[in-house]
Amino acid sequence: MEREDEASGPMMEMCTNGGEETSNRRPIISGEPLDIEAYAALYKGRTKIMRLLFIANHCGGNHAIQLEALRMAYDEIKKGENTQLFRDVVNKIGGRLGDKYGMDSAWCEAVDRRAEQKKGKLENELSSYRTNLIKESIRMGYNDFGDFYYACGMLGDAFKNYIRTRDYCTTTKHIIHMCMNAILVSIEMGQFTHVTSYVNKAEQNPDPLDPIVIAKLRCASGLAHLELKKYKLAARKFLDVNPELGNSYNEVIAPQDIATYGGLCALASFDRSELKQKVIDNINFRNFLELVPEVRELINDFYSSRYASCLEYLASLKANLLLDIHLHDHVDTLYDQIRKKAVIQYTLPFVSVDLSRMADAFKTSVSGLEKELEALITDNQIQARIDSHNKILYARHADQRNATFQKALQMGNEFDRDVRAMLLRANLLKHEYHARSSRKL
Amino acid sequence: MIGVMNSVEAVITSIQGLSASSEDLSALHDLLRGAQDSLRAEPDVNFSILDQLDASKHSLGYLYFLEVLTCGPVSKEKASYEIPIISRFINSCDAGQIRLASDKFVSLCKRLKDHVLELRDPLRGVGPLLTAVQKLQVSTKRLTALHPDLLQLCLQAKSYKSGFSILSDDIVEVDQPKDLFLYCYYGGMICIGLKRFQKALELLYNVVTAPMHQVNAIALEAYKKYILVSLIHNGQFTNSLPKCASTAAQRNFKTFSGPYIELGNCYNDGKIGELEALVVAKSAEFENDKNLGLVKQAVSSLYKRNILRLTQKYLTLSLQDIANMVQLGNAKEAEMHVLQMIQDGQIHALINQKDGMVRFLEDPEQYKSSEMIEVMDSVIQRTIGLSKNLLAMDESLSCDPLYLGKVGRERQRYDFGDDFDTVPQKFSM
Repeated sequence: MEREDEASGPMMEMCTNGGEETSNRRPIISGEPLDIEAYAALYKGRTKIMRLLFIANHCGGNHAIQLEALRMAYDEIKKGENTQLFRDVVNKIGGRLGDKYGMDSAWCEAVDRRAEQKKGKLENELSSYRTNLIKESIRMGYNDFGDFYYACGMLGDAFKNYIRTRDYCTTTKHIIHMCMNAILVSIEMGQFTHVTSYVNKAEQNPDPLDPIVIAKLRCASGLAHLELKKYKLAARKFLDVNPELGNSYNEVIAPQDIATYGGLCALASFDRSELKQKVIDNINFRNFLELVPEVRELINDFYSSRYASCLEYLASLKANLLLDIHLHDHVDTLYDQIRKKAVIQYTLPFVSVDLSRMADAFKTSVSGLEKELEALITDNQIQARIDSHNKILYARHADQRNATFQKALQMGNEFDRDVRAMLLRANLLKHEYHARSSRKL
Repeated sequence: MIGVMNSVEAVITSIQGLSASSEDLSALHDLLRGAQDSLRAEPDVNFSILDQLDASKHSLGYLYFLEVLTCGPVSKEKASYEIPIISRFINSCDAGQIRLASDKFVSLCKRLKDHVLELRDPLRGVGPLLTAVQKLQVSTKRLTALHPDLLQLCLQAKSYKSGFSILSDDIVEVDQPKDLFLYCYYGGMICIGLKRFQKALELLYNVVTAPMHQVNAIALEAYKKYILVSLIHNGQFTNSLPKCASTAAQRNFKTFSGPYIELGNCYNDGKIGELEALVVAKSAEFENDKNLGLVKQAVSSLYKRNILRLTQKYLTLSLQDIANMVQLGNAKEAEMHVLQMIQDGQIHALINQKDGMVRFLEDPEQYKSSEMIEVMDSVIQRTIGLSKNLLAMDESLSCDPLYLGKVGRERQRYDFGDDFDTVPQKFSM
């Protein structure tokens, strides 16, 4: 599966002006091309299939990867009971993988028939439990229904059934079970507000929870925050995940993902002290970072101001990150924020900065850098001014004393104007009121 | 006939006799009020009668006669005859006496204004009206009915300085809201003519936020000019009216001033090309409101605003870069603009012509000089004075029986509870 032509080439397409590559869906496979088998082995269950399909849809024109992904998806789907997905995959393959991966109508019909039978059986069981009013059995009945619908791919019905068990939950374990199921289905459906609410519900439990369960809940809530673009909160959640989690939540997320999401969100949103305290000195999180050494390296580079190498790592990771189902929409924003932070952090300690050297450090052109700096100055993120003639950036610290005087004078004048206008208006109102009363009288 | 002449004679004698002290004057005033109608009916009353009276000593009587003589339709001959007479009267009359019959005085002065406009020579009326206003004013804080007329004449005669001298007074008390609207509107236009945009903004703001129940045409025109002046002076446009504007204004102004609001929004985006295109497209409407000159000033102020923004970001910039960023034609135009701004004191910069570079400097004001301390001191004093005024007004309002009556009636509506009930019980209905 090696593509020698791309793998041996040098780093292509450095971050030129950061954050402008929104239209570029074509992956730049450089550095490490994605090993699909290894990637897929990290997950199990429905998310494995969805991730493979996502990769197939978004890998640009790279047919080899696409076909590989589709092939693995096909195999995985056949192990399950979801005929709708099966049909989709077959359409996408379009016969390119030969007869073994073609439409297997017999299998589809068999699965559908089995599903009908099972459904009927479950319904009968459930109605009998309901007449008998045995709480535990009713709960199990609804749960089984939920599992059944989930396996068939009817997520909405699955969710409804899981929720129905709420009334029949008696112990903490039951509630946790229900919440975890609801969370799983919501993530698959992409409804992250539900995720947050069920995480809260589970955490509000008075009994102490199993640490693995806590870790799972943190992952889920981190994912929810990520989708809602609350990167700081997402980072905090991911960084708190207990390393004992290991692979136990890989129907949703793999430990590599926790490291990547947590690391990138932290880099994009934390300030320097928080970054050191919560990421670099965080022993627990170190276990996760070991799994993605490049993320670890790039965080360290950022902290030690080796921006060029940090940005290089980012560039090499970008292609693979764009294939990740949860991170896909956020890669550009996160990269943009990280780059901005790098630029701001670079200029912070200096009184004057030579723009050509800074452009080298960021591997960009001087005029491009000038534009970036201009945008940051306008946003008030950098207190500096650009000497365009000599291409130097000078830090500019506002003179507090002068500023205070100026503001005081301005405020005095404004007060003057406002109060005079107010007195005039009050007089007008009073006059009008007098006029009206005198007319009434 | 003789009996009638006698009555006129009698009036004149009483005027001559009773113009000395204030009790006599009030008696005279009553007499004149009674005799007014008969005098008006009298056909033989003419200007020669005025020779028997002295304008400065017998001002009240003179005023009554003059008013009777000058009423009637305006015509060119009458105008040129009457103007010098009225002017002389205004200049020599006694302020105390005419204040007793202020509405007659006002109508006399308005007549003068009509005459002067009829002859298309507004400048002749400016001086006399200025004197008239000063004599009529009880205090400089009070607006008279003559203020708007004076300002109107100043505008037409383009003698802005005399108008401005009147505007420097702070008006706090007003008799008729309509006078205020016109006063502020004309005042705003005079200030625009003198390029004193800050004061113009204040005056127009007063009109726009004045209490009104229905939309007032004067206020609407003032709002349009207000938008334009705030673009020129502040470099920005806020879509919403100030919160203290009346609800009628807030609801209705925007519907009638569409092109101006579009202009404001386009200005905020900062692109010269679009702004100019918009001006050309809507030039007919601007022309109708006679605001086209002001609009053009607003457009040229956009260049200034953009250059001002550049000073925040750059320390030095080449003239060519400035021209590119602000969308001027070439470096020469940029140089002219920057030079103009330096001279106006809007920016502090040095132009190096050899390199074609502009170096932006910080504001050199260090707030350490004695002049600055005096300025600060005067602002502080003013603020203290104003605060005192405000407190005094608050106190007087709390004692005003009408106000207490209203609060007493609506006590249930406000539901103050025991802590906040500031109105004595006897005022509830």
